[in-house]
Amino acid sequence: MSPAATAELRALSNTACIVGVDESDEIGTLPDKSQLSLHLEAITNAVRDAGLKVRDVDGIFTAGQHPPTLLGEALGVTPRYVDGTTVGGCSFIMMVGHAIAALHHHLCDVAVVSHGESGRSGVGVSPRRDTSLTGQYEIPFGFGGAPTYFGMITTRHMHEYGTTLEQWAQVAVSTRKWAGLNPKARNREPITVADVLASRPVCYPFNLLNICLVTDAGGAVVLTRADRARDCAKKPVYVRGAGEATEHVMVTQMRNLTQSEATRLSGEKAFGMAGVTHKDVQHVMLYDAFTSGPPLMLEALGFCKPGEGVRFFEEGRSTPGGSLPINTNGGGLSYTHSGMYGIFPIIEATRQLRGECGARQVPNVKRSLVNGMGGMLSAAGTLVLSNER
Amino acid sequence: MELERPLPQPITPEAKPYWEGLREHKLMLPKCGDCGRAFFYPRIVCPHCHSRNIGWIQASGRGKLYSFEIAYQTISRVFKVKPPYVLAMVELEEGPRMLSNLVNVEPDPKKIRCDMPVEVVFHKLTDEFTLPLFQPAGSAR
Repeated sequence: MSPAATAELRALSNTACIVGVDESDEIGTLPDKSQLSLHLEAITNAVRDAGLKVRDVDGIFTAGQHPPTLLGEALGVTPRYVDGTTVGGCSFIMMVGHAIAALHHHLCDVAVVSHGESGRSGVGVSPRRDTSLTGQYEIPFGFGGAPTYFGMITTRHMHEYGTTLEQWAQVAVSTRKWAGLNPKARNREPITVADVLASRPVCYPFNLLNICLVTDAGGAVVLTRADRARDCAKKPVYVRGAGEATEHVMVTQMRNLTQSEATRLSGEKAFGMAGVTHKDVQHVMLYDAFTSGPPLMLEALGFCKPGEGVRFFEEGRSTPGGSLPINTNGGGLSYTHSGMYGIFPIIEATRQLRGECGARQVPNVKRSLVNGMGGMLSAAGTLVLSNER
Repeated sequence: MELERPLPQPITPEAKPYWEGLREHKLMLPKCGDCGRAFFYPRIVCPHCHSRNIGWIQASGRGKLYSFEIAYQTISRVFKVKPPYVLAMVELEEGPRMLSNLVNVEPDPKKIRCDMPVEVVFHKLTDEFTLPLFQPAGSAR
């Protein structure tokens, strides 16, 4: 980025805050709740958390099957700013960046970023249709589910850097330790590397415990400008930096399978806007659809050299009591993963920065980094959040 | 007879030379007339230099296994090949990467490695559609 562009972004830093966060009333297996209800529960809960009213909401940001127009209609509000950017699970992380820009320019005053997905039970969900490109070039060979794509990235990383199945398993073990401290997490029993390696083979290099959960869940985040945030119910969490980028859709089009360009660019922008570096964050949330995701994200974001991301997990730095706690809610691997998981890392980072996390609270957190992917590292969003200006 | 694989669909007009070539056991690739680089999938703009001057070449059918997975369970309901089978990302000699299956090989991660040389085998689905599969280079057909 040019110095002028960085200066413009720096001016946006700390101008808006996250003032409300929450999940839907329940998360997990919810056959009696539609996808739309999951959205509406999450939005009403998050707005209440902020000490605001639904009628205060005038900006709606959402990704997935339901457009922002539908959420406005269902809530009975008429937003004057909407954003339906749907580029995978990181869309919500990107939308925090979009929202602070919209708030800064007074395009809206209270922005809600909402997620609702009946990913497990499929209640109120339209059937998914393959695009022409996957239908021609991928589906006839048996590709389809996320493991059949992300595995390509993972196998290549093992080839280039000698990463082992045991090392990927450490990510599941570390994340499960955090889940054990989160009452909302779906799977809380401790697991070992041996458990991961002995779990059912799904698609090499992934066994079942290398793959995220499939759940029904909603989540929402409320933002407003910093001046108004001070009057909200909870301690404001400043959006200090935000960055996004997209590289590809189909995994064959990814330039370097082991180093995500979208992730790297999104991180560079977020750090540049925040005016901080890696050593300035005390807590990290990374989108863990697969155990190999977080190590690759650490590498692409520059927390370590390529090939060294797994060390954070095998050396215990990521675990409770470690020097850089990662995925403290228990992650997509053990807490919840409805399909487009990206709202939940933002919720957890906010709660950590507010000091609301009880047994899993990370001491002395001042800044948290949130990074998520859309698709197969196809798109990426990064946030630097802080509880002080 | 029920096919064990879903037919490629919907076929886009810009990809017709690709599918017509496969029917004649030719692996055709779009190639940029300006920068000279081949690419995949077929589209009307070169992803390397953004030129609209696109032609076609016949690929050698040789390449390397860039990456792979082994499906131990049926992942797609429309795909009836019995697991385990090998999902492959092939990097063609001409440069582009494509997804396919590695066949005529034991589906065992100890027997398959990234960068092993592979070659195309044409797999007829119907009179209209033939798919490019790959096998370890030099395997018997």
